[in-house]
Order: sequence, then structure tokens, then C-alpha cells
Amino acid sequence: MKINKSACVMVLYILFLMLPIYWLINMSFKTNQDILNSFSLWPNNFTFDNYIVIFTDPSWYKGYLNSITYVVMNTLISLAVALPAAYAFSRYSFMGDKHLFFWLLSNRMAPPAVFALPFFQLYSSVGLFDTHIAVALAHTLFNVPLAVWILEGFMRGVPKEIDETAYIDGYGFFGFFRKIFMPLIASGIGVAAFFCFMFSWVELLLSRTLTSVDAKSIAATMTRTASASGLDWGLLAAAGVLTIIPGALVIYFVRNHIAKGFALGRV
Amino acid sequence: MKKTLNQKAWFMVLPVLLLVAFSAIIPLMTVVNYSVQDTFGNNEFFWVGLEWFEEILHSERMHDALSRQAMFTAIILLIEIPLGIFVALHMPKNKGFWSSLCLVLVALPLLIPWNVVGTIWQVFGRVDIGLLGHSLASLGIDYNYTQNSTAAWFTIIIMDVWHWTSLVVLLCYAGLQSIPDAYYQAAKIDQASRWNVFRHIQLPKIKGVLLIAILLRFMDSFMIYTEPFVLTGGGPGNATTFLSIDLVKMAIGQFDLGPAAAFSLMYFLGILLVSYVFYTLMVNSEGQGS
Amino acid sequence: MAKITLSNLAHSYSKTPASPSDFALKTIDHIWEDGSAYALLGPSGCGKSTLLNIISGLLAPSQGKVLFDDNDVTSASTSERNIAQVFQFPVVYDTMTVRQNLAFPLKNRKLGAAYIDSRVNDVANMIGMQDFLNDKASGLTADAKQKISLGRGIVREDVNAILFDEPLTVIDPQMKWELRTQLKALHQQLGHTMIYVTHDQTEALTFADKVVVMSEGEVVQVGTPTELFERPAHTFVGFFIGSPGMNVLPVTVVGSKAMIGNHEIQLNSTYEQLSGTIEMGIRPEYIKLSNEPSGLAIKIDRVEDVGHHKIVRTRHALDDQSLGINVIVKEGLEITDDMQYLVFEREKINVYADKWLQDGKAAI
Repeated sequence: MKINKSACVMVLYILFLMLPIYWLINMSFKTNQDILNSFSLWPNNFTFDNYIVIFTDPSWYKGYLNSITYVVMNTLISLAVALPAAYAFSRYSFMGDKHLFFWLLSNRMAPPAVFALPFFQLYSSVGLFDTHIAVALAHTLFNVPLAVWILEGFMRGVPKEIDETAYIDGYGFFGFFRKIFMPLIASGIGVAAFFCFMFSWVELLLSRTLTSVDAKSIAATMTRTASASGLDWGLLAAAGVLTIIPGALVIYFVRNHIAKGFALGRV
Repeated sequence: MKKTLNQKAWFMVLPVLLLVAFSAIIPLMTVVNYSVQDTFGNNEFFWVGLEWFEEILHSERMHDALSRQAMFTAIILLIEIPLGIFVALHMPKNKGFWSSLCLVLVALPLLIPWNVVGTIWQVFGRVDIGLLGHSLASLGIDYNYTQNSTAAWFTIIIMDVWHWTSLVVLLCYAGLQSIPDAYYQAAKIDQASRWNVFRHIQLPKIKGVLLIAILLRFMDSFMIYTEPFVLTGGGPGNATTFLSIDLVKMAIGQFDLGPAAAFSLMYFLGILLVSYVFYTLMVNSEGQGS
Repeated sequence: MAKITLSNLAHSYSKTPASPSDFALKTIDHIWEDGSAYALLGPSGCGKSTLLNIISGLLAPSQGKVLFDDNDVTSASTSERNIAQVFQFPVVYDTMTVRQNLAFPLKNRKLGAAYIDSRVNDVANMIGMQDFLNDKASGLTADAKQKISLGRGIVREDVNAILFDEPLTVIDPQMKWELRTQLKALHQQLGHTMIYVTHDQTEALTFADKVVVMSEGEVVQVGTPTELFERPAHTFVGFFIGSPGMNVLPVTVVGSKAMIGNHEIQLNSTYEQLSGTIEMGIRPEYIKLSNEPSGLAIKIDRVEDVGHHKIVRTRHALDDQSLGINVIVKEGLEITDDMQYLVFEREKINVYADKWLQDGKAAI
């Protein structure tokens, strides 16, 4: 009886989550005429045309490549600077450490809208406007604090004796960090990377403000194409479906670490 | 863990510091700079002191946007937090295929680009081509989110619930996972009621993550921009113009840099203040928990 | 209070057990007498927690029945069985005060407020928490929390049995003694049937009237502490109980004589036609070091002085291998270089075939 009730709740909730997504997928396999002229729960004239357009038109598929480029750059930069900082916060106390930690976190709380214009001016003035690195750097403002926070939580769980034993065994700091410490917090690094990826992938405002042509993100492509050429709903739906896939893959790979990462209370 | 005092640790924090300083402090200085100046174009600025702040504080437009924002945040918190806890309590507990599947499906909305979330609901809610809009219309309900502000609100709220409840679910689920079986067994032996199990075992254990969930949902909903921008563009009229939408309109649309900058600073400080209160609460409860 | 009968009971965590090794708990028939204090002793993973959870009803057995007195409760829920259980880790309701914690099981059973009040006070006195009744449970130390768990276990007077699942694991050694003594006293005072699961032999032997020893999902012996010490029914019991455990040596037995290699040992009993692997067991306490060449020739490896006695680790060369034999000698005895022989106390020697104790006829 109890199992059934739980299953019911889950089925209803997941149905609620999946219906709009199903509708998007449904539409992505219809032509625009079909969508506008006949209302149907599944595609009557099943077509791949929308997907073919996206995969052959550079203005579409470049959007995906651009997005993935700056997302990966952002994840790498964020982790590279967050790792040593998180180690310092988890192991040492130093002047102003607590204030620094909160100040870092406070950046995660900044509304992107506040930064849109200043970022635009800053990156224009240093000649980085419309480059991947500009978006990647802009996103680090939100991702680095998050990565430091998550990693610090995982590192605190590794006993300090391990550091000391490694030094006694003759490891230098870098050897120890790479060969012993990193494997121990591997799932922490995974979770941090997941959140960096997630934020950078889903964000629109900054990536749209900081790019125009060469580094235009898929999100920006979608909003602009939509308004310029009149709405081709089928094409828009197909583009949307394709943006869901990387996220779904990422969740699938980290599903077992996520619960652990969340359990540490670090998001 | 006891930490050793080591001022050299500053060097390890330095890269983060430089990076964040570059992407936070410089832009913030620009904002501060704009907020106290006015311009007649041609990049000529002159000092106006706190005029912009006063203007914003007394502007009807800001008051309206703020009250819409507060209302929106309150409503979605009231729905998402209880719903998230409720769903988390029914997530499959054992590891296995079903629990993995549930986890992946539940987490899915979180990884969809925000503009696509807007698009999904834009399509889903349309009377002519969307399942939701079509169904509501065929039930005889006057539903058109581009013209009717109640419908617009309804769509935005249900969209946010759809988008973000899963975050609360996952957080609470992780919290619940960390409760040892012995607690449930002891409760059975004590003949505790379902409510008592929730009240005295589950709730205290998820209190920490729940605070984080509320903090995150508060912050993020207070900054919401992309989804309503795509869905309604802030309309009909100004019915769904929340703070971020208004700010972007002001700064990039109308290029009113002074008021926009003043607005930005107060916006940021407001969020920071509330978050600081939460953060303190959180750190305190963490200290108690361990 | 009740007598608990386990009839033809077995459990496997796999749904389709194929071989005996799939069973966490092999077939058991056992009766727990009303009002006795039992210890369920065995190493980690021997199935003792499984057995306990079946008795408490948290786990449904794959086969067999559980009877409380004469009622079949195999499919009854935990709360219907009316038992109490104290877990390995303190389970207290952090949101409540000590008083509310103790009253909780009674309140849920809708007992009168006046009765609850007096009962809670009584129990608080028994566990020595009367001064902390109004404190929040969350701020207490681990052993105070475990006392509360204990208190919640004994607060109901009508329970059929109280089960303890390694309740002292997280308690400091000194507090262990105190709590264990308290438990023993409570048992004498209340007369409940108590089952105490532990992997610590000292805890088991000091707490229980009868100790049930388990190994690999099987009950290998039920007996008083003395029986377990003097006549271990299985070499595992001999080895597991005692510090160090019983010496188990490969022998051949003919009539009332046992042979270790060429060395002959006179036994107290006569055995006929033993089959399987034959071993003899002798506790280190019952071996003497000697300089008489009539004993078993050994070499001393090392001597460990543990305060009130010395443990002597010795070796006997048998063919191409060497047999380790432990001996316990009194603190005062001086060990000299010529002590190269061992003498066994005849009446303390047990003989095992395929690890099970054999009974012989008294030799003349």
C-alpha cells in the first residue's frame, strides 16, 4: 500500500515534468504547417527536416559549438583556480579568511542583470567582446565561488593526517596534490564540474550580451532567430530538444555523485 | 578539523582573488561610478551625488517592480518548498534502476537552458498549438498569457515550479538519505505516527539542506530574468516585469545608466543582506548539527 | 514478558537462494526462555543482527516461524510484537527534551498523563538521568544519549522482550563498564527477557545468563559462560572466546591416547572410531611450561607480559611445519632457558572431529 502511494506521487510528478518536454519533442518532428494547422498529440507526418536544417546550417550548429567551447573553458578555468583556494580554506586559517569566504560566496548572489552592462563595457574596452573567453571569464564570477564552496566541503572530509603522512613519505606539495589528494576528492571535483557546466550551459543573459557573431551561443541564436525570421516553431522546438541532450547526458554520468554532493550540503 | 595558522595560504587564494576581482570589482566600480553621475552624451559625465538613489527610491515604477518581485518570490517559495519536501519523501530509497531513473528524470529540468525553459512553456501554453493552452481553452477557460495578466502569472509560476521544484527535491532527498535506518526502526517500535516521524526525525535532519534550498530559491527567483523574458517579455503591459527585466530594460534598452546603476547597487545589496541572514542561520545550524 | 521460540528459521537476503552460502542465517531452532538475559555473540557479519531484526519484526524471515509464548508473530509488525530495541548508535529525538523522549513511546500508546509522568520519573532514576529531564536531547554526550535510548527501551513495563544491538559500540571504555553494570542490575530488577547482541566476549560473558555463539549464520553453541570456557562445542567457540583463544592442534586419537606427531598424550576419556579431521583443544590457561623431557618439545618465540599474567608464544616442530601454541603462566613464574617442554592438564583436553566436540567414555 505504502509503495503504491509513493509510486503514484512519483509518477504524477514525473508526468508533470515530462509533459512539456514531450510536447517540445513532439513539435520538433512536425513541420511548421502541421503545427499551426492541425492540433495532434503526436506527429502525423513524421519529419526530420527541422533537425536536418540545424545540422546543415552553420548559423545553427555553430551556436552549439560556441556554447560548448565557452562552457568547457569556463569549467576548466573555474576548477583550476578553485582547487588551490579550496585547499587553503579547508586546511589553513589566515588573516581575513572568513570574510574572504563570504565575500566570494556573495558573488554567487549577484544578479547577472546587474553585471550585464559593466561586463559589456569592460570586455569591449579590453578587446575581448564577442570571444569565447569573454563569456567563460564572465561566468567564472558565478562558478568560482560555487566551485570553491563545493570543493572546500569535500576537502574538509579528508583527514589532515593524510597530508602529513604523504609529506613524511617524501612527496612534495604538487606530487601529493596530484597523486594522492585529487583522487581522494574525485567525486567532489566531479560535482563541482557538474555545477560549473550546468550554470554556464543554461545562462542566457550574459552570453547574449557579450557575443554578437563569432562566439554567439545557441541560447542567443534561438532568441534572435525566433524574432528575426518569424516563428518557425518546429525549428525552434528541434533546437530546444538538442540543448536538453547534453544536460541529460551529464546528469546520467554524475547521478551517483550528485546525491553525495548534495548531502554535504554544498550546492 | 583544527586548522593551522599559515599566512602563506594567501598565495593559494590569490588566483581566485585576482580572477574574481577582475570580473567583479572592476565592473562594480563602473556601476558605482555611473550611479553618482549624469551625462548629456559624448562621454561627458558630471557629479550628481545620491540623486539617482533618491529618484529610484521614490520611483513608482521601482516600487511596482519590487512588489511584483516580492509577490512572485513568496508564491513560488510557498509552493516549491512544501511540494519539494513532499516529493522527496516519496523518492525511491533503494539504489537501483528505478531510483536512478527517477533521479535523472527529476533532475532534467535543472539542466535545460533557461531560454529553452521559456520556449517550452511558451509553446506549451499557447492556445493554438500548446497542450496546456489547448486543453484549458477546450474546457472553456479564458486563457491567454499574452493578453491576460492572471494567465501570464499563472503560466510563469507553474513554469518556475516545473523548473525549480526538482532542486528542492534533490536537496531534501540527499538529506533524507543520510538518516540511518535505526531511526525509522526505533520510530516503528515507539509506534510513532507518520507525522511524528516527519516532525521529529526527518525534518530536523533535512533542516540544513532545506535552509540552503530556501536560500538558493530565494536568490535565484529574485534574479529571475530569462524565463519570463522569453515567455511574456514582461507583459502583458508590465504585469510580469520583475526587477531584473526592468533593470535590463532600463540599462540596455533605454540606456539610462545613472538610475540603472543606482538600482543595481540597491538590488545587489538587498539580496546580499537577506542572504547574509540566511548564511548566518545556516552556519549556526551546521554547528549545532555536528 | 514472553518466551520466544524460533522454529525452523532461516533467512537469505537474495530472493532465490541457490546454495547454503546465500543464507545470511542458516536453519535455527531455538527457545529464548522467559525472563532470561541472553547474549548473542559472534564476529561481524555472522548473522546476529539479521537474527535480531527477525525477532523484532524489522525483517521477515525467508522460512520458519517466530513465536512469542504460543502466538505465531512471524508476520506481525514490529509495533504489534510489543518489543523494545536499543540500537548501536544512540537514537534520540533531537527536537525533544529528555522527558519528552522518554514519554514518547507511552504517549503514542495513549496512556494516562499521570501514569506517564510517574513512569518517566522512575525510569529517569534508573538510568541516572533524573537531573537532566528538562534538557534538550540534542546537546547531550553520546553516552547520555545512549542512556536515553536505553530508557525508552525500558519505559514500557509490558514489553515482551528488550533487544540490544551492540548498544555500547560508541561509548567510552569507562562508561561501558558503568552502563553494563546498570543493564545487569535493571535486568535483575525488571525481569524482562533480554537479548544482547555483541561481538565483544567480555560484554557477552558479563551480561548474560546464557550466551548464544554464532558463526557464519549458524548457532554453534548455547551455554553459560563457564560451559563456553570449559567445553566449547565447536573449535570456533574455543578460538573466539578467551584471550588468547583455545589452542587447536591436529592429532590422531586411538582409544584414550592422542598423538601429536610422535608425542603421546594421555586423555581422560576413550574415543571410538573418530572420522574426519581430528583435533584436540586445550586452553592456554591449562598448559604448563616445564623442563621435564616427558613433555611436548617446544621453542619459546616470545613472552608478552600483560600485567597480571604472561602470555608465552611457543612453537612445536611437527614434520616440516611448526605448530604455534600459546601458554598462559602466572606473573610470578620465572621463565628459564631450560623450559623447553609443555605439559597439558589432562581433564581439560577436548577432542574435536570436523570441528565439533566429541564425547568420549570415561577412561579407567
